[in-house]
Amino acid sequence: MSGQREFAQALLRPETTAPDGLLTWNGSDASQRFAIYRNNVTVSLIDALVAAYPVVMQLVGETFFREMARIYVRLHPPCSRIMLTYGHRFPGFIESFAPASDLPYLADVARLERARRRAYHAADMPPLGPSAYAALDPEALGLLTVRLHPSTAILQSAFAIVSLWAAHQGLMAIEAVDPCRPEDALIVRPDLEVDVVRLAPGVAAFLASLEAGATVADAVANALRQSPEFDITTGLATLMASGVSAAFSAAGE
Amino acid sequence: MANAARMSPPMKFPAFTRLPDQAGIGLKSEHLRDLLGRPPAVGFLEVHAENYMGAGGAPHAFLGLLREQYPLSLHGVGLSIGAEGRLDSDHLDRLAGLMKRYEPQSFSEHLAWSTHDDTYLNDLLPIAYTGETLRRVADHIDEIQDRLGCTMLLENPSTYVAFAASDWSETDFLAEIVRRTGCGLLLDVNNVQVSCSNHGQNPVAYLDAFPVEAVGELHLAGYATERDTLGAPLLIDAHGTPVADDVWALYRHTLLRTGPRPTLIEWDNDVPPLTTLLEEAAKADAALDAEARRRNGATH
Repeated sequence: MSGQREFAQALLRPETTAPDGLLTWNGSDASQRFAIYRNNVTVSLIDALVAAYPVVMQLVGETFFREMARIYVRLHPPCSRIMLTYGHRFPGFIESFAPASDLPYLADVARLERARRRAYHAADMPPLGPSAYAALDPEALGLLTVRLHPSTAILQSAFAIVSLWAAHQGLMAIEAVDPCRPEDALIVRPDLEVDVVRLAPGVAAFLASLEAGATVADAVANALRQSPEFDITTGLATLMASGVSAAFSAAGE
Repeated sequence: MANAARMSPPMKFPAFTRLPDQAGIGLKSEHLRDLLGRPPAVGFLEVHAENYMGAGGAPHAFLGLLREQYPLSLHGVGLSIGAEGRLDSDHLDRLAGLMKRYEPQSFSEHLAWSTHDDTYLNDLLPIAYTGETLRRVADHIDEIQDRLGCTMLLENPSTYVAFAASDWSETDFLAEIVRRTGCGLLLDVNNVQVSCSNHGQNPVAYLDAFPVEAVGELHLAGYATERDTLGAPLLIDAHGTPVADDVWALYRHTLLRTGPRPTLIEWDNDVPPLTTLLEEAAKADAALDAEARRRNGATH
């Protein structure tokens, strides 16, 4: 029996007619009633994207956002029953969505919002603080590999994503933001609140190297190669005090 | 009563044996801090299971704290019991994990489907009532109750279309599911009003045919009204307004048949301040008290 296949396809394709075999008690048009289900599906998925990407919506306005979301929903209906994760391909979709090309930073702001949502629901783990590192001498520190906190995301952007996001939290004036200034972001949730941190030059490369399994010494070298302005003290302070460290071990152990 | 999730000791949380025959509210993220800052405000809380399927963070932290104070109803929306395909065993595992973590007094799901192939449609979609769908739903409920180790409650749906293929009434279908599986029922009174209005049926006659002895919980919610192409009312199960007067009347009639039962105020869209939900809950409590007094008066 393919009744639900036909029903499901008609729900997701507005150009198709209602499936056969539907009745109404008074002979009114069954396709109007079927459209209630179609509308429920579409609107509930658009609403899920509104909830997941509030700053993107503020940047483009609600009407534009909902039309953009409607197209995404048709192309990418959920493949999971857990709606907390719905819309993970939305940033990539925005990047290729021609009507939004006037706002080249929009996709990266969406990536920041996706990372915040992911961090919000990530596994709990008490982070290491500076005291955990206090007993190490510089040589031992250099040999460490560090496991980053499960909520961590590191974003490197050609646009001012942290400032754009902060301006929409009332943390700074939007007029003060130059959207085309590159910014790197650390998103991490050491406890219950998600932190969004603008990283100093090279620190994103430093943390990304650690995430990939490099020792602290090798991560410093990688960061200096990518960004000559990288300040080691700042990088180490971020590693030790931002909540991004979950555990460390001496290389080779 | 076949509605309580049985847990093996030791319990992490206060050992409420079942949901109380009082009003409860759906837990909304907007109300978490208000609820934590005061003594228990209602008889129980209900959560949508899928909202707690993230790994960690604030949702679990707050629910864990509230579970110290409240009996809990775990209400699934994503199991797709009415689907033609198999149940998702990963999803069942996630539900089992939540049951273990929060020790709820009740688990309930819908007589509906929401998945096809790999697509999740995020709505509660209707099924035809036939011998074939009955067998399938009963098999799915057997599988769920085996996996979760408890008796579940199955909720009657709100529907906008009927199927030419149906050869069972909804109430007979539900009664037969109960007989075959031993599950209980969650009677959503608003859904009765919505579905009966949308299908030209008398809601009181529906209730009088409902297998009330299996009812472990009642739901109340607000509906929206549209018009069909012939101008007849078309009620939408919208969950965004107060419970309508005709649903309150139907609720009091329901209580005459079921007796006092745990009653949830559902309000999922345009969520109001907590005080508005508590006022709705107080109205349900007043009806529950009146029915309990009526029954005591009749027996003493």
